[in-house]
Amino acid sequence: MPRITVDVDGTTYTDEVQPRTLLVQYLREQLGKVGTVVGCDTSNCGACTVHMDGQSVKSCSVLAVQADGHEVTTVEALSQEGRLHPLQRAFHDNHALQCGFCTPGMIMQALDLLAENPEPDDEQIREGLEGNLCRCTGYQNIVRAVRDASEQMRPGAGPAMERSGETPAPRASAERADTRVTGGQ
Amino acid sequence: MTATPVSPSEPELGRARKRKEDARLVTGRTRWTDNMAPPGTVHLAVLRSPVAHAGISSIDTSEARRMSGVHAVVTGADIAQRQGSLPCAWPVTEDMKAPDAPAMAVESVNFAGEAVAMVAARSAAEARDALDAIDVDYEDLDVVLDIESAARDDSPLVHEELGTNRNATWTFDSVEAGTGGDVERTLRDAEVRVDRTFRQQRLIPAFMEPRSVLVDPTGEQYTVWSATQVPHILRTMIAMTLGTPEHKVRVIAPDVGGGFGGKLQVTPEEVLTFLMAEQLGRPVKWTESRSETMISGHHGRDQVQRLSLAARSDGTVTGLKVDLLADMGAYLRLVSPGVPILGALMFNSIYKFDAYRFTCTNVFTNKTPTDAYRGAGRPEATFAIERMMDELAAELDMDPMEVRRKNWIGHEEFPFDTIAGLTYDSGNYEAATDRALEMFGYQQLRDEQVQRRQRGDTVQLGIGISTFTEMCGLAPSRVLGSLSYGAGGWEHSQVRVLPTGKVEVVTGTSPHGQSHVTAWSQIVSDRLGVPFEDIEVLHGDTQSSPRGLDTYGSRSLAVGGIAAVQASDKVVDKAGKIAAHMLECAEQDLEFTEGRFAVRGTDKGVGITDVALAAFTAHDLPEGVEPNLDAEASYDPENFSFPHGTHLCAVEVDTETGGVRIRSYVCVDDVGSVVNPLIVEGQVHGGLAQGIAQALYEEAVYDDDGTLTTATFADYLVPSAMDLPEFRTDRTETEATSNPLGVKGVGEAGTIASTPAVVNAVVDAIRHYGVTDVRMPCSPQRVWRALSEARSSSATAESGGGLGPSDSDGGLTTGGDR
Repeated sequence: MPRITVDVDGTTYTDEVQPRTLLVQYLREQLGKVGTVVGCDTSNCGACTVHMDGQSVKSCSVLAVQADGHEVTTVEALSQEGRLHPLQRAFHDNHALQCGFCTPGMIMQALDLLAENPEPDDEQIREGLEGNLCRCTGYQNIVRAVRDASEQMRPGAGPAMERSGETPAPRASAERADTRVTGGQ
Repeated sequence: MTATPVSPSEPELGRARKRKEDARLVTGRTRWTDNMAPPGTVHLAVLRSPVAHAGISSIDTSEARRMSGVHAVVTGADIAQRQGSLPCAWPVTEDMKAPDAPAMAVESVNFAGEAVAMVAARSAAEARDALDAIDVDYEDLDVVLDIESAARDDSPLVHEELGTNRNATWTFDSVEAGTGGDVERTLRDAEVRVDRTFRQQRLIPAFMEPRSVLVDPTGEQYTVWSATQVPHILRTMIAMTLGTPEHKVRVIAPDVGGGFGGKLQVTPEEVLTFLMAEQLGRPVKWTESRSETMISGHHGRDQVQRLSLAARSDGTVTGLKVDLLADMGAYLRLVSPGVPILGALMFNSIYKFDAYRFTCTNVFTNKTPTDAYRGAGRPEATFAIERMMDELAAELDMDPMEVRRKNWIGHEEFPFDTIAGLTYDSGNYEAATDRALEMFGYQQLRDEQVQRRQRGDTVQLGIGISTFTEMCGLAPSRVLGSLSYGAGGWEHSQVRVLPTGKVEVVTGTSPHGQSHVTAWSQIVSDRLGVPFEDIEVLHGDTQSSPRGLDTYGSRSLAVGGIAAVQASDKVVDKAGKIAAHMLECAEQDLEFTEGRFAVRGTDKGVGITDVALAAFTAHDLPEGVEPNLDAEASYDPENFSFPHGTHLCAVEVDTETGGVRIRSYVCVDDVGSVVNPLIVEGQVHGGLAQGIAQALYEEAVYDDDGTLTTATFADYLVPSAMDLPEFRTDRTETEATSNPLGVKGVGEAGTIASTPAVVNAVVDAIRHYGVTDVRMPCSPQRVWRALSEARSSSATAESGGGLGPSDSDGGLTTGGDR
């Protein structure tokens, strides 16, 4: 079986995986990272969204072997020392979840959206979340939460600041690579 | 002692508390059933029939049995004696025909997706691999898919042994019930008569968490984890179906990712997983793929509704006749036959008229079974009557809001006995409507509509109204009994004040997104005068919460919440006895406020925390008072509750493409007293999304062979954030008089009200072209065809001949009864 080395939420793992194993299966079944969930088998629902090298991917559409040598961040890395990430806080503050099943994927997608466009309008938020389905909320409070978080996170926040919500240091550029969240560091 | 309720300085009821549930859910520290796997767990996969109707002549499992990692391969024949028949708890008529509903097919399959074999293996992947190696020989039988054809005497039969596809006919007649007059005479004498046929397309609940079951048979009892809405019912039904003693089964519904009625079931897979665990003696887990839930989880709606409405020429409605065909699919599930009957009680909605008859025929087809889906019968009924009110208005050239005002029950008329035999306790349709009209800007939009029509814009504006009521608090047990339902409608709660003053509230309701932990904490906080933060709510585990009837039909708060109120009041009562003993005074000299018992007129007092400790140590309790400060209550509601509201929708319809865009959506809901406005608003939003989805996007479609062609989220259009508008919501609050909190229930309101609001708007936008209906979902194609057919038939009428519409998909009607 192929052997892969992946950095997940700040911890390095070396594992043998079947060639057909999906990244989401590897995360859930081999690493016990069950915060990321599976809602469909056609890459439509986005519940399994994680970040790979700072960009959101649907982890059901990535093979575990494709993650070899890459950094993966799941929702489980966002809060630190019991402090919620501003996006997690915003979801809580705006009642942007009910059953909560889509929430990890929704938050990871929103994080990518805000990295790309730190001050989105509602239409841009809706467009950015189009690949993530929610059956409980009707999206309105999710849109509010992302808007709220975008204000909390302030344009130019670096990755650590985005996570902690503390006053950000100015960022040199708005390139996506600068905004990635790397867990546990 | 002064009686409860107490009123802390800042009451919890009505407060927009953020949820206790969220911290775990936003950080991924969750307990979905599929997350769990005790040591030794094997994985189950289910082979499903690819054909809709066939005899099973042979199943060869030999190769699958030899494959790597495979523990067992089991066919329906292997468990024929053991599996029993899946329960139907609602035999709506004495002569209802209910076929055997095995969890796994034995001799024949009756819908595509039915289980025919299962494999338990080391991994889920190995189990699925082995399914491919099972060889099944099917002998095809005639497939019956269309509900109207299936209902005919000459139809091929789904279940040959029953001799018919009609499993029950249920009637309500206002003459027989003594609630009103003869509907046929009323229709005959009517100055105006409107006849329409509507179709409620088949929908898929599409909760986000696929179903999952884990059964652990090791230990003293079977522990069943399931993504279910109904852990208590499931435990009882496992006992009734499989004969495993109830006290040897513990069911846990851990985090459950949505339900909407779709997890209100005893599923075949729950039974099959249980049987496999029993056979192997080790934990077995089954988690479905999305496509599996689409084809084999139950569906909702799927009715053909024929309505005749009688009215006077001033717009006063005098009678309504409803003839309904309801598709049960291939089998009856837990409450399938009763779903349309819930609608029977609500076709009259908020209106008063003289005569009513409802007849429903339940029909088998070779499709996935149907059962409750958000609203269960009431969205169908509300859609029909609200469409009819618009059609009547069009017939009389009246404003559709004026027609409604003319017919609804006035605020001063409550309590009101309806023609369907219910008593509405309270309501104020005027207040909700006036507020909604003001928010919406009704007259400006009407003016713009006229201008657009005069200009002949390609994009036309439509305005849709839905004034509605629904029936929550399911249900008084005596009413369920009168409708032949197989259980009661009570709910249970226990409240335990622990020695440290922290409180555990046990509820028999079982949430899956409805925020019970937060809401119940608020309720009990006010009742006991203990802080919100000091309360924990236990639910969804038949061990910690031994009694209950679970969560569906917006019953949790209006029934389960009241049980928590009653248990809390008993706790205060008991605490008062102990406090009086501690303070050496008479019980009636005490008053209880903000968690403290005080001797009236003195500064002497004791907090409920100290009372709890005294009750725990039990060193010095008054005569006859048992140790520990706790109490339980089972509450049976005296009546349903009747939330209501007014929903208004403006749509823009592109007459060249058929595209529909919701321009604005306003709703004012009255759900009685509000425990937590955040939660109420969230429930309304989610309900709106589902109701709008029925109007515009969603439909379960089968091909001619009975294969579901919308078996993924690529084909079944659950709306995304891009597909829905910003909702503008508000509330009026007319308290329910039938329960001590005055609450009514909110979970289904948005879904029930929004579908007719949107479709009324779509039809309103293009009515002037001659369109009188568009079949749901009002996709661009359906809207375009409706326009095209209307235009061509008006051209035909003018020219006295010519080409008719080239393509009729049955998805449109352009006037009258079809």
